[in-house]
Amino acid sequence: MSNKGHHKIFLGMAAGVGKTYQMLREGQAEAENGRDVVIGYLEPHGRAETVAQAEGIETIPRRRVTYRDSVLEDMDLPGILRRRPELVLIDELAHTNAPGLDHVKRYEDDDDVLDAGIDVFSTVNVQHLESLNDQVAELTGIRVRETVPDAAVGAADEVVLIDITPQSLIERLVAGKVYPAERVPAALNNFFKVENLAALREVALRQVAEEVESKRIPVDGHGRPGDERLIDTAAPGAVGERLLALVTPSPRSQRVVRRAWRSAQRLGAELDILWVANHDANAEEQEQLDALRQLASVLGAHLLIEHGDDVAAVAQRVANDRGTTYVLIGTPEPRGALRRLTKPALPDRLLEALPGIDLRIVADRTKRMKGESA
Amino acid sequence: MTTVLIVVVVILAVAVVALAGARVWDHFRRPAAVQATSSRRILFPFVAGALSQRALDAALRLAKTEGATLVPVFLARVSLDLPLDSALPRQCSMAMPLLEAVEQRATEAGVPVDSRIDRGRNRRHALRQAIAQERYDRIVIAAASEGSPGFDAEDVAWLLEHAAGEIVVLRPSEDDQLTPGLRRTPARGPRQRGDVHGVSRAGETASSR
Repeated sequence: MSNKGHHKIFLGMAAGVGKTYQMLREGQAEAENGRDVVIGYLEPHGRAETVAQAEGIETIPRRRVTYRDSVLEDMDLPGILRRRPELVLIDELAHTNAPGLDHVKRYEDDDDVLDAGIDVFSTVNVQHLESLNDQVAELTGIRVRETVPDAAVGAADEVVLIDITPQSLIERLVAGKVYPAERVPAALNNFFKVENLAALREVALRQVAEEVESKRIPVDGHGRPGDERLIDTAAPGAVGERLLALVTPSPRSQRVVRRAWRSAQRLGAELDILWVANHDANAEEQEQLDALRQLASVLGAHLLIEHGDDVAAVAQRVANDRGTTYVLIGTPEPRGALRRLTKPALPDRLLEALPGIDLRIVADRTKRMKGESA
Repeated sequence: MTTVLIVVVVILAVAVVALAGARVWDHFRRPAAVQATSSRRILFPFVAGALSQRALDAALRLAKTEGATLVPVFLARVSLDLPLDSALPRQCSMAMPLLEAVEQRATEAGVPVDSRIDRGRNRRHALRQAIAQERYDRIVIAAASEGSPGFDAEDVAWLLEHAAGEIVVLRPSEDDQLTPGLRRTPARGPRQRGDVHGVSRAGETASSR
């Protein structure tokens, strides 16, 4: 049994959603239940509701560090470790510490506190997660400098999403509940736009869904007693979707990739693109492969080239390796009567080889429009 | 014995006729192979919010006449704080329906199509990447109309200076944006003079691979 403390993270899409407030509220509830709770570090940003929520909880005084003739204040890690409470509340996990302190980043301080057997509640915004930094920068046009490794969040025992709608957050901002009045117009013109917040909210929801997925029932035999029955009844891959688009090096395949990517976006799923090569690519095919590689890169998909003669068998192997839940193929070419008699069609072979996996045939929609007008 | 032989021969003859019939049936049932690509290629670069129907129609007419493949290229901008090879889901979500719309129009016109998305730090950089990476004989572009985010005069001048092959520049009208999901507007009458600024350059194939 590990003596490490229990780590609970309050994750939000942006400043002002109420992460710190909720952390303090749960801290108050723990204190009322008789636990020894202290505030290790709190950044209330002058928000009256947050300050009020902190009342009554002991605060560890900040540590002062002199750096280049100025005095900086930061969390007092040695002070927390000396005080040894049962639970400590630490705001802003992604914060970079003042130079000269024990660690460069606050999440490293958190680790020391947890290692000392003290429980920690902490807060972080989704745009601070290292792996999402580029994606968030592309979505919002604003790059966040202070990041926290995904592993630090992944290792937490609980991740709780503090979620409000973009409209509600903007109303809070306009009402002066997030920033002082003089900062509101600039915030509205830059980061706090409905489209930015909606995109961040989606990222945050997905992140927590992935956390839930990764912490789902253990299947490695180390689960608690009684888990086995749950494992038996749980549908594998119930949350995480993964799409596999089967392509050939031809322009027609781009339609399959585009349609697959749009489905993957809707499902919040990863997309793999597979060409089963039964020969070396000629110059024309190589050109198409380069185009597919470029398309995969810009879409954030993964292009796989596997050698083999049987498309269904190779697709089965790849689907098993990568945890595929959907397979997409283009409309098969019409086949001659003799071939129809001698070998089942690819969709039939895939259905047989991939039980439990959805198969989708991507149609040429121009033909549907022609059908409508006929 | 003779009877058996006759029966076998008849059965074989029927089988051969049936197979031949099936092949003929398949041949006539098979749709026209619009997708077969041609060796001639017409590059059609565009950016989000500036896909001109008129320019696309012109590119399709040229491709149809020449038996060429249309290569629509969506130019995506990568901001400086991202690696140039970053995935761009937000821009791709704009590009996908536009490329679908172009492909549908091309298929209706019987023109093979081979789409691309090229990235760059800005519009011109993406254009440079496109002409460096793609094989093409001709480029068709829509110049920016007032207030639209298309190619401005400097872009066009840059293209004329740096791109090989023939370049056709069109000036779209204000209500000339192709909107994905909408059916094609009625075909225009005779070609409108004044909207096509054809700039003929060295006609050789610009093979840059």
